[in-house]
Amino acid sequence: MQSNSSMRTPLARVRGLGSAKSGTGHFWLQRVTAVANVVLTVIFLGVVISLFGKPYPAAMATLSHPLVAILMLLFVVSGAVHMRIGMQVVIEDYIHGEGLKIAAVMANTFFAIAIGAACVFAVLKLSFGG
Amino acid sequence: MAEVKQAARPLSPHLQIYRWSWTMAMSIAHRVTGCALYAGTVLIAAWLVAAASGPAAFETAQAIAGSILGRLVLFGYSFALLHHMVGGLRHFVWDMGYGYEPETRMNMAKYSVVVSGGLTLLVWILAYALR
Repeated sequence: MQSNSSMRTPLARVRGLGSAKSGTGHFWLQRVTAVANVVLTVIFLGVVISLFGKPYPAAMATLSHPLVAILMLLFVVSGAVHMRIGMQVVIEDYIHGEGLKIAAVMANTFFAIAIGAACVFAVLKLSFGG
Repeated sequence: MAEVKQAARPLSPHLQIYRWSWTMAMSIAHRVTGCALYAGTVLIAAWLVAAASGPAAFETAQAIAGSILGRLVLFGYSFALLHHMVGGLRHFVWDMGYGYEPETRMNMAKYSVVVSGGLTLLVWILAYALR
């Protein structure tokens, strides 16, 4: 227990979020998505291998299969979250100017969401037969 | 608090000072492959969007991916993906509190190259065999 002279409220101490207001959230989410990505990456590679050299109709039949589509969606979303956190760590390591750092972290978020949205849209369109 | 004034004092040694070791190389490789995969997601997104756009766009994407340069990029991407995955498994071991002994660290670093290289070859052999 901290000394009684601490300026922190008991609630702040319990939340454990610190001044960055996020605590160990990123650390833990990076591990959770990493575990998911191990499984999903193997599945993704399997899907890509099975599509290698296939003509359009056969490739579409595979990609639009519900099971494949769901696993592709999970891979894309888990991957986008993981890469966003990972790149933010790299940015915070190497970019020291406060303004540029905030801009880079924000651009990183936009990139991850844009990539995720494009992939999700494409997989859904294939599945729903657009 | 935001901007700390830079004092004219010696900096701590950086990459060019240290002797290269396997653990250092694999730590750097983990970050480099992560950044490469980050850029590579553009290609995955482009490929999926092309597939969703119709036969013509998909054939174009397949032709680019199937060219010599395309296959080189794909090979590099698959190696980066598997190397980053194996590197991540190494981090899981450390997260659970194991593998900190010098010899274990060195072996895990060395074998991460062997395992990820082997898995990459396996993926490509399977891809060509099942075509």
